[in-house]
Amino acid sequence: MEDKFITSTKPTWCPGCGNFGIWLALKNALTKLAIPREDVVIVYGVGCHGNMRDWMHVYGVQGLHGRAIPLAQGMKLANSNLRVIVVSGDGDCLGEGGNHFIHAAKRNPNITVLVHNNEVYGLTTGQASPTAEIGFLTKSTPAGVVDPPFNPSTLSILSGGTFAARGFAGDIVGLTELIEKAISHKGFSVVDVLQPCVTFDKVHTYEWYRKRVQKVNITGEKLRDRLAAIGIARQWGDTIPLGVFFQTELPTSEEREMSLENKPLYLRSIPVAEIQKTVMQFT
Amino acid sequence: MIQELTWAIGGEAGFGINIAGSMLAKACSRGNYGVIASNEYPSLIRGGHNFVSLRISTSEIFAPKQSIDILVSLNKETVEFHKQQLAPGALVLYDPKDYEWTKEEIGKEVTCIAIPFPTALAKNTFSLGATMVFLGKDLTFLTSVIKDLFAKKGEKVIQENIDIATAGYTYAKTNYASVVTHVLAKGKIKDPKLIMNVCEAVGLGAIAGGMKFAAIYPMTPINALIPFFTDNAKKFNIVYKQPEDEIAGINMAVGASLAGARSMVATSGGGFALMVEAVSMTGIMEVPLVIDLGMRPGPATGMPTWTEQGELTMAMYAGHGEFPRIVLAPGDVEEGYVLTKKAFDLADEFHIPVIILTDKYLNETQWQLSEKAVGDIKQTVSKTTVNVSDIKDSQLCKRYDLRTKTGVSIRSLPGMKFGEYIANSYEHDEDGYTTEDAGMRVAQVNKRLKKVQAILQKAFVPVVYGSDDADITFLSFGSLKGVLKEAVSILAREGKKVKHMHVAWVYPIPESIGEMLAREKRLICVEQNATGQLASVIKEATGIAIKEKWLKFNGRQWTAEEIVNKLTTQ
Repeated sequence: MEDKFITSTKPTWCPGCGNFGIWLALKNALTKLAIPREDVVIVYGVGCHGNMRDWMHVYGVQGLHGRAIPLAQGMKLANSNLRVIVVSGDGDCLGEGGNHFIHAAKRNPNITVLVHNNEVYGLTTGQASPTAEIGFLTKSTPAGVVDPPFNPSTLSILSGGTFAARGFAGDIVGLTELIEKAISHKGFSVVDVLQPCVTFDKVHTYEWYRKRVQKVNITGEKLRDRLAAIGIARQWGDTIPLGVFFQTELPTSEEREMSLENKPLYLRSIPVAEIQKTVMQFT
Repeated sequence: MIQELTWAIGGEAGFGINIAGSMLAKACSRGNYGVIASNEYPSLIRGGHNFVSLRISTSEIFAPKQSIDILVSLNKETVEFHKQQLAPGALVLYDPKDYEWTKEEIGKEVTCIAIPFPTALAKNTFSLGATMVFLGKDLTFLTSVIKDLFAKKGEKVIQENIDIATAGYTYAKTNYASVVTHVLAKGKIKDPKLIMNVCEAVGLGAIAGGMKFAAIYPMTPINALIPFFTDNAKKFNIVYKQPEDEIAGINMAVGASLAGARSMVATSGGGFALMVEAVSMTGIMEVPLVIDLGMRPGPATGMPTWTEQGELTMAMYAGHGEFPRIVLAPGDVEEGYVLTKKAFDLADEFHIPVIILTDKYLNETQWQLSEKAVGDIKQTVSKTTVNVSDIKDSQLCKRYDLRTKTGVSIRSLPGMKFGEYIANSYEHDEDGYTTEDAGMRVAQVNKRLKKVQAILQKAFVPVVYGSDDADITFLSFGSLKGVLKEAVSILAREGKKVKHMHVAWVYPIPESIGEMLAREKRLICVEQNATGQLASVIKEATGIAIKEKWLKFNGRQWTAEEIVNKLTTQ
């Protein structure tokens, strides 16, 4: 199939980087969903993941470090016809942007967040990220990480998100399916993607993950059970579950805005008569 | 009968001091009087001392006065705090239940008027009814204001409030009918006036300027903007979002703007400090955005509910890297409306951030403006956004096209076929793709900075009031407009040749300001800050060093009397 997302720039990620798998799965998902290219907006965080913008032909927004999610919410509120996807990293959306992540989950905007999760800050050459496990040796933690990690899935489920899944960059077919489901979900969908960093992380290799990841198939009532989902999502060790942990339907942030009924915000005209009426309240 | 007076009311927070001020202001405005209401309060919700003063005149006025002619004291502290402001012959309305005031104790030739105010909730309205007796008016306008104010709460609440006002009126009429020292002559204002604060004027200007999205994290002194938007969101076709912090707010607004909705944020210095990284991002992405920066005394949390003009240079220079912007400083409620409306057009035309510099005094003082001033509203058209039908080929739509005379290239919106580009916070090429190429870097920086010349074509010179061949010229920006206008007219009546230059277009500074200032005999720069920021930036831009800087930074607005006294005692 023709790759309509190609640009004149070639990827600069390290050979073998987990970002390749996520990029491919995202393109597969967008192609399968047949969304017109011009209706897709990808908002990128700052980190190795964000460099994807230069080899991805869609409307792209490269924001500031940590601020991709509020940019995405603004875009979705202004034009609810857009399919807004945030490509972010563990440092970007759980470190610098942690506040935005939990508040977005609380609001439930109809956007999808892909968390490129590799436990390190790759672009700044390998310091520990907020998802780094205790004991993990990095440039900023030569004696091992001492503080416990964040878990993107449990955090989004607890904060009010309506779709939480975990995928693996080494399983492109499985990840494609998860991203497809996330984009199709109406509400705040988060896909935590386990991603080896081949340069700065010699522990969490493809091999390390392959030995541990295990697909779970949760359906029916159990899929709408927040507490059960947190129980599954927090499993980490010899077995690391992959799949959709939680999905429920709740009104989205856009649906709760009365003024967004019928027509996207950016196409609304100036309500001249209403302004004139309002002016008279000031007499 | 007198031509003008200042009425003031003070009491505990929670007594409805502000609403009493607004009600009387509206009643006077409806009665064809000139009126201006300003408030003072600490950063507390209950307890503490709240105070509103209302200058009422038979003709147009531009600033409040310090001296008080009628003081309504709903607690003992009001007299204690404000007795030094009492004018000779002033009336002091007090509650004998709080304290038995005498003119001897106050130490001034005033008339103490004992009024047993009812319970806390009714005190304010009761006192307004009584006030009408001393102003020599009936209850017609006050009643009409009560009816509008409580319209949503129903007939019963309206009648209760009218009854309270009537009780106050009857009490004063029965006991003090002989006090006629403050009876106002007939109001002479002809054209119908609106009364609002600058927050509301900015809100109205934004809506009229096509604003569709606002993300505002609450902060004094721009809070009044929030209910103005939320109360009217549906009928104005807008979305107001309360973000988790100012950083989220400005990023949401940038996102909405990128998607094609005219957007704004509003904050004070501390919140703006958090936004600064994103202001820089609007610079490189070339995104339209309007920022209402309501100044208050800093540094840091400072004195949140008081006034200052300490963030002029911050507004001009905030943001890493070099990029164009516009800073506008409205001087009154009419400029608050007009300049905000204009800010949206300018931001949209040049794809830049435009900062509206307001302050606590402007935002919370209630001013009059002519109904005609806000009458002319047309659908604004984005001049530099491409029409979807115009893009037939991706080669034709380069978002950051370098072949532009003004530095402004055409803008496509997400959803438009063939218009794809990257809005990139990294340096980028003509399509928005990241680049570190030396030549492209220089070309893109030059493209962005080239806008300054086109922007300066739109700049307007200071508004000048007073004598053509003035011996003394006052220079100020923003909220000192009314104060100096008032001071200049007082000094002119005393036979002095003075004028005032009000700078409303602050940045980029047009060269013509230098030419104007060079002609003046004696320049005095009046500012509401400690370092003379306007004088500094004028010197930087024009080389003209203004030697006399009159600076006030105690949180209280300069008054016209202070200006006049300072000049005459020199």
